[in-house]
Amino acid sequence: MTKMPHVIEIQNLTKTYKDFKAVDNLNINVDNGEIFGLLGPNGAGKTTTVSMLCTILKPTSGTAKIDGHDIIKEPSKVRKSIGIVFQDPSIDDRLTGRENLLMHANLYGVPTSIQKERIARILKLIELEDRADDLLRTYSGGMRRRLEIGRGLIHQPKVLFLDEPTVGLDPQTRDHIWRYIKDLKEANDITVVLTTHYMDEADRLSDRIAIMDHGKVVILDTPQKLKATLEGDVVVIKSNNNKNLEELLSKWFNFTKQHLEKDTLEVTVPNGRNAIPRIVELANQNSIYIESIVLREPNLEDVFLHYTGCSIRDDTTKELHGLSAIHRRAIR
Amino acid sequence: MTELRGIYTLWLREIKRFIRDRVRVIISFIQPLLWLVVFTAGFSARLVIPRVDYQQFLFPGIIGQTLLFTSMFMGISVIWDKEFGFMKEILVAPISRFSIFIGKMLGDSTAAMIQGVIVFTFGFLLGIPFNPLTLIIALPVMLLITFGLVSIGLIIASFIGSLENFGAIQTFINLPLFFLSGALFPTTGEGIPGWLQFASKFNPLSYGVDALRTVILGSDWTPLNPIHTNIAIIVIFDIAMIIIGTWAFSRMKK
Repeated sequence: MTKMPHVIEIQNLTKTYKDFKAVDNLNINVDNGEIFGLLGPNGAGKTTTVSMLCTILKPTSGTAKIDGHDIIKEPSKVRKSIGIVFQDPSIDDRLTGRENLLMHANLYGVPTSIQKERIARILKLIELEDRADDLLRTYSGGMRRRLEIGRGLIHQPKVLFLDEPTVGLDPQTRDHIWRYIKDLKEANDITVVLTTHYMDEADRLSDRIAIMDHGKVVILDTPQKLKATLEGDVVVIKSNNNKNLEELLSKWFNFTKQHLEKDTLEVTVPNGRNAIPRIVELANQNSIYIESIVLREPNLEDVFLHYTGCSIRDDTTKELHGLSAIHRRAIR
Repeated sequence: MTELRGIYTLWLREIKRFIRDRVRVIISFIQPLLWLVVFTAGFSARLVIPRVDYQQFLFPGIIGQTLLFTSMFMGISVIWDKEFGFMKEILVAPISRFSIFIGKMLGDSTAAMIQGVIVFTFGFLLGIPFNPLTLIIALPVMLLITFGLVSIGLIIASFIGSLENFGAIQTFINLPLFFLSGALFPTTGEGIPGWLQFASKFNPLSYGVDALRTVILGSDWTPLNPIHTNIAIIVIFDIAMIIIGTWAFSRMKK
């Protein structure tokens, strides 16, 4: 079996709005069969990139190929070879689950003879067989999401785009959805492109992650390697005067990174075990009382902070976005 | 082939949604009944039409009015789809914007036709003298009227973001088209102001109502234009609206 080396080839892809470069000369190759994570803060250009790949948006310059089809010259072929799960809901809630799937099959030209069998298989995969003939308006948020993911698979695309698949869902449902994404990738010989601003989501699902900021890829690697690039340990300190301690420590230590949270101070040091006694000593000498001190391995959040200089958790606008998405689901 | 399947799929969806919305279907019966019963009761003594009584005269007009109001209202489906995100699913599907427009237009037209046929049967139940078999000839005429009117609603909706604005603009268009169509009173002849006669000539519904009267009232009605002229004008109007509609849908982003 001959496999194409890259199912997605992005070449110098650029999108400019007036003076603002939303996507800046992007070059990425996505391998066949991987889950590729696009991670970045709000406005990093993730959704713009995905919209161009899905032929919803025209690039200012550059192009990309999906499964060998050019997104500018052959948009119709590209659309047949991709499945899209949008960030916002996009199902008809006055139709049943089965009707939504059937409609999608018809719009994408799935032969009538195999529609029934295909839909039955998908319903089984997303565990909605017993609810298939209920109107969508009676579904929970998680069930709707599962149906949308299942719908994206009906025409057996080569690539499935998932744009913030778990925004606005409760932790338990998110966990559920993640399991589905993993399972469906195993069962379907499919490449998944995932955009997310959740660190844990990208970490758990992706084979490789591209961190985007200001329209560019800051770094691209496996989650393990990304975390390994932050050689060292993170020391999490809770004291009665974090601010002064931070100043003190910055004079004495050679940090990779330091970061002041609301009530904790996080510093990344080459060797955490050796650093802890010295930090405690330094605090004592300056009459700062340390309440707790913890050593942990770097996570993607640290990687993100390291490469973009800002924390994704501080991004309140994104949280708002999440809330409005919840709201939108709730009002229906 | 894919395009035809796409059109059929979108058509079927509109029908399903329409049939499931029973409240709307039932409420929509009330308005034509008010016109045919209450309005007629007060108005028929004042307005004398040669050879036919006022209710007979009004009946084809109210069919035209029902088609107009329902067709324009159907544009709301586009607003809903934009609001609830389903439009994105349709717009990224591998079918042309022309097919998307035609599918929606045919679906909404079918729904409007169902309403029109129901009003037709009201006329029969109210004992308005006409041959029920004329329905068979009236159907294609009604369908041609509906295509253009539904298209107007869809075009407007594709430009408009909110339900409130759509409602306001709809009324703004519905009433002039209705009043200037000759549905309620003749728009030609003695005593009708020149501006009104002139304006009604630019109203596509005038030709639709005149064609319906010709078909339903037969030799009792003196047509303003020969039926083939009326039909030709309606067809040209439909084609123009479909072209504009395809363009309007092509520029839609979500």
